[in-house]
Amino acid sequence: MENRRVFERVKVAEFAWVGVGPMVGRTLAGWGATVVKIETNATPCPLRTMGPFKDYVPGPNRSAFYTLPNPNKYGLSLDMHKPQARELARRLIGWADVVTESYAPGAMKNWGLDYEEARKIKPDIIYYSTCMQGQTGPHRLFRGYGTHMAALGGYYHLTGWPDRPPAGPYGAYSDFIAMLYGVSLVLAALDYRRRTGKGLYIDLSQIEAGLQFLGPVLLDYTSNGRVWSRRGNRDERACPHGAYPCSGEDRWVTIAVFNDEEWQSFCDVLGNPKWTKDPRFATLVARKENEDELDSLIGEWTRKLTAEQVTATMQAAGVAAGAVHKASDLLSDPQLKERNQFITLEHPEIGSHFYRTSSFKLSKTPEELVRPAPCLGEHNEYVLKELLNMSNEEIADLVAAEALE
Amino acid sequence: MSSQEETLLGPYRVLDLTDEKGLLCGRILGDLGADVIQVEKPGGDPARSIGPFYYDDPHPEKSLFWFFQCMNKRSITLVIGTSEGREIFKQLVKTADFVIESFPPGYMSSLGLGYGDLEKINPRIIVVSITPFGQKGPYVQYKASDLTTWAMAGPMYLAGDPDRPPVRISFPQAFLHAAANAAVGALVAHYHREVSGEGQHIDVSAQEACSFIAMEAPAFWELLKVDIQRAGPGRDAPLPKGRARIRFVYPCKDGYVFYLAPSVALMARANRAWTDWLASEGMSTEHLKVMGWPDLDLAQLTPEGLDMMQDTIGNFMMNHTKAELYEGALHRDIPLVPVASPRDVLENPQMRERGFWMEVEHPDLGVALTYPGVWAKVTEAPLTGWRPAPLIGEHNEDVYGKELGFSKEKMVTLKQAGVI
Repeated sequence: MENRRVFERVKVAEFAWVGVGPMVGRTLAGWGATVVKIETNATPCPLRTMGPFKDYVPGPNRSAFYTLPNPNKYGLSLDMHKPQARELARRLIGWADVVTESYAPGAMKNWGLDYEEARKIKPDIIYYSTCMQGQTGPHRLFRGYGTHMAALGGYYHLTGWPDRPPAGPYGAYSDFIAMLYGVSLVLAALDYRRRTGKGLYIDLSQIEAGLQFLGPVLLDYTSNGRVWSRRGNRDERACPHGAYPCSGEDRWVTIAVFNDEEWQSFCDVLGNPKWTKDPRFATLVARKENEDELDSLIGEWTRKLTAEQVTATMQAAGVAAGAVHKASDLLSDPQLKERNQFITLEHPEIGSHFYRTSSFKLSKTPEELVRPAPCLGEHNEYVLKELLNMSNEEIADLVAAEALE
Repeated sequence: MSSQEETLLGPYRVLDLTDEKGLLCGRILGDLGADVIQVEKPGGDPARSIGPFYYDDPHPEKSLFWFFQCMNKRSITLVIGTSEGREIFKQLVKTADFVIESFPPGYMSSLGLGYGDLEKINPRIIVVSITPFGQKGPYVQYKASDLTTWAMAGPMYLAGDPDRPPVRISFPQAFLHAAANAAVGALVAHYHREVSGEGQHIDVSAQEACSFIAMEAPAFWELLKVDIQRAGPGRDAPLPKGRARIRFVYPCKDGYVFYLAPSVALMARANRAWTDWLASEGMSTEHLKVMGWPDLDLAQLTPEGLDMMQDTIGNFMMNHTKAELYEGALHRDIPLVPVASPRDVLENPQMRERGFWMEVEHPDLGVALTYPGVWAKVTEAPLTGWRPAPLIGEHNEDVYGKELGFSKEKMVTLKQAGVI
């Protein structure tokens, strides 16, 4: 089959930084779109200032965090304080099919690059704005990250132990929800534009999209007045249901038993010790009432084994179990390897390091990651000459005006 | 919905065979305007038995879990495991654009309904398969739940208190990530199909989808040979000058607040604002000035310096309520928010002002329930016209009778045979 790239005719001008905005360009670029990421040297994407840095040495082109949402993109640096830079940005909008931006509301307007201006330049532009709390409303100017929205949206309240302060989830959690809604929307908008010739404007509030994974919890409050809270690893539908200690340093295995059949298989794996016959553990309801004791009995068994041993024996008996993977384990996990989750590209400053592929694999048009994330301003010349067909004189003028910084 | 052409995905139809592992994929496509038909077994999909329930009544038409995942869908009943059911399904595939399924790998093929079979009926069809680990590989036969998937994907190890086991999020998330990723994959394939006429098969792994949440954590291992540890109400930060714990969650007068300034620019701005705020309430920050605050950034901090800064801010928090701190932080452009409970989320003035919550009529219950609502504001083709999740087989008559032209008698026969 010849090389067919799904979005090879789609062009993106990306004024977006961090996670939710850039994932649109990331997905489109994975299937062949031309994506120009516009940054300013003085205030580049914040991920460039967050680790891990190569050898612990900070530097805008040394953060592996920054690289993950940005492979296959072209990097252009523009000092938006310069009128020549803003003029060039307008030219890029005229070139593009999709504009993405994730600054605090008002920034694009200050530069004369908001949707109203953009559609004058390109009437059928798809213009995607995403920020923490939306383009309107009293808290629209809040500046933060998905970590903050995870707290403001209830995910922190729901992670950890009932007798302790909230303890997670990891990272900018609401990013990983909102980005999927945002990308879906832009992809649907591309098809809409193909059918109707019309562009559109999208205002995606990260917290509003991020709350979609708590729908039933919120409905339980609005319908029944129930306020959910964190409960360790407990689940009303399963018991045992937890993470149990294993041999090795800070090693754990999860086990989830949902019904009587699984409970019997679970007991068989343990060799049916006497306590498994105790009426206090005979039914799901009884086990739920004595769950602390049950958990400690199970822990006595698991701690003599490795997490992999418990997983293998439980799975062989038809019980859901899985080792708690450390981040290092992910890189060698055979199933993630099977799916090429981590691929390696050569970055000019970081060296050879991993990028992540998408979790959906297309049978006929696979994703292709071929270029590492751009260094700041790495592709200035390519973008101006090859994509915008600018002359050497025009480029020299921009350099002289210090617009490309 | 307004006229079909005016919605983003108005012209397209989805046949949704998924259980709780994939329901959200169809929901997202439905929100975007597609005609999503949930194909349930008679008596209803097993996911209808998942709580919470309206008034805690565990009835298949009262699952709030189902209500949320199946909004904007229609429902027909059909047993694809029967030979007649298979034929009816194939007939529906002829005019469908997407099929979404979450059966164990190989099940659809064993019924003669795998991608290879459906492609022959409709070469434009896009089949989306959502499973815990994907269609092939060493774990493919593994049983999985939210907990075990979250564990094997990586985000679990990174959350929880260091002296206790790692924890998941107390409302299951793993398969929601899989399903939402599936929607993205479906739409990539869709664009290709509309341009080229060619359909294809999409293989989604929940483990892989959730591994993405660990994001840069494996890069700490790859570059620095450091495994990030769970750090309770904060985060483990390997710094050049040692291992620090960045606190996120601070107790205050009436609960907890969350404060974090992770980037250089944000921290510099926030530290200056904190200095002024603390001083305005008579709290000295002289000792912090000595160590270079407010111009520090994380990369330069020592673990001791970080602790000192966090203790100073933490003491200040204890004198205030969540609301006071959030109000003050909004004023001063400090990245601090309350740690909100579901009740707090409902009371959040910003989302109220934006009209985020929506009332959805449930005619069978005789009530309107308040849902978290429209997740994006879109001009030209807004996401509007939201419908409650369907009753079991609510659209049998529309689909089988009006569309496929089945007679009343045929429908009775199929019902008695347990096909629909």
